[in-house]
Amino acid sequence: MSTQQLAIIDYGMGNLHSVAKAIEHVAPNFSVVVTSDKDIIGNADHVILPGVGAIRDCMAEIRQQQVDTVVQSTIESGKPLLGICVGMQALLKSSDENDGTDCLNHFDGDVQQFTKGLVDEQGLPLKVPHMGWNHVHQRVDHPLWHNIESGSRFYFVHSFYAQAKADYTAGSSHYGNEFAAMIYRDNIYATQFHPEKSHQAGLQLLKNFTQWNGQL
Amino acid sequence: MPLAKRIIPCLDVDQGRVVKGVNFVNIRDAGDPVEVAKRYNEQGADEITMLDITATHEGRGTMIETVQAIAGQVFIPLTVGGGIRTIDDIRTMLNAGADKVSINSAAISNPEFVRQASQRFGAQCIVVAIDAKKVDDHWEIFTHGGRKPTGINAVDWAVKMEQFGAGEILLTSMDCDGVKTGFDIALTRAVADAVSVPVIASGGVGNLQHLSEGVLQGHADAVLAASIFHFGEFTIEQAKQDMAKNAIEVRL
Repeated sequence: MSTQQLAIIDYGMGNLHSVAKAIEHVAPNFSVVVTSDKDIIGNADHVILPGVGAIRDCMAEIRQQQVDTVVQSTIESGKPLLGICVGMQALLKSSDENDGTDCLNHFDGDVQQFTKGLVDEQGLPLKVPHMGWNHVHQRVDHPLWHNIESGSRFYFVHSFYAQAKADYTAGSSHYGNEFAAMIYRDNIYATQFHPEKSHQAGLQLLKNFTQWNGQL
Repeated sequence: MPLAKRIIPCLDVDQGRVVKGVNFVNIRDAGDPVEVAKRYNEQGADEITMLDITATHEGRGTMIETVQAIAGQVFIPLTVGGGIRTIDDIRTMLNAGADKVSINSAAISNPEFVRQASQRFGAQCIVVAIDAKKVDDHWEIFTHGGRKPTGINAVDWAVKMEQFGAGEILLTSMDCDGVKTGFDIALTRAVADAVSVPVIASGGVGNLQHLSEGVLQGHADAVLAASIFHFGEFTIEQAKQDMAKNAIEVRL
């Protein structure tokens, strides 16, 4: 089999090194490139849209560097696309963060903040960000869940979340509210958690991504 | 509650070696940081924190290489601290593979640095480290390995750092650090209850029960320890089993 190309879209937000290293670890036959070059992304077999930090800055960079059109053409091409963290939130319609930010609208949902005043079973306030390892319950049978048990823990770090809507939620978690931990449609899937930081379960998910043809 | 309490082994690194001292002196060698990090990853550590305890200009290159080597082999969150003073320092560490940076004395000399860092990189990767000692009826922040008082109240400072954009507080009791008598529970609880961001308790772990006390009595979201793991006394897995027996949610 010839070497497959995986492009991680670099639009200046965050640490892309970990994602690249994790992919290289699970798929040594892949050529991984971190890039903002539209042609390289266009020629890649698999594409990852990462993102950390504040959504307004991310969306500004996405628009400025025309990542929105790259994402659009990736989706239309049918090749597998993975969004991670703010890269997932960017695929939704809008976010409440930064006084309201319009996003790419590939999924009909809003991103909201974990409100202050949420408490756990002992009545202690829930800390925000939601930071650490939480259970992810699988809601659908998806190729990306291959060899991963439902309820496995993944690493999260976020203050905003998307509601778990039945028509796009592949996995959900609970932190004060139930929220979407993984969303999907056709050749797109996206995680609120960081698979590249989620040890074995996360590495398995990334391996599944590299082996996926983008079809359900 | 489903979110697991975290166990974070801490690697104090000096000139490319993991070391451990008592009350910041009497240093013992505990091995190669990459090997140590890999071992903790295999044992189920939830994160790894690495502190450059010398943080000299000459040592910085070694530290970057160490971060790169760990990040290429360990796929759990990695926090790096020690000598982080500028936006460039943060960018360098994140590019090397760190997920979070821990800021300590630079926050004290210039609190605005925390705000700038948080705005630039996001609160999720900005940890503010607080080294506190008991002074009369309160806790005060000390710098320079505990030698220099600042006059700043530790609880007030934690609240202020949250307002400035810290995503997490790494709280070390300098009275307890290295003496293995357990966390300063009152300090941990005072800070954890005062802020709405996660608090990592640090300093003083000598046995497994201390870890549970940090969570149950100190209200810590994560517990950090070094020497009980470095010298083979306990594994991370044993620590988690013990916490689970105390009905604490852990990732097993």
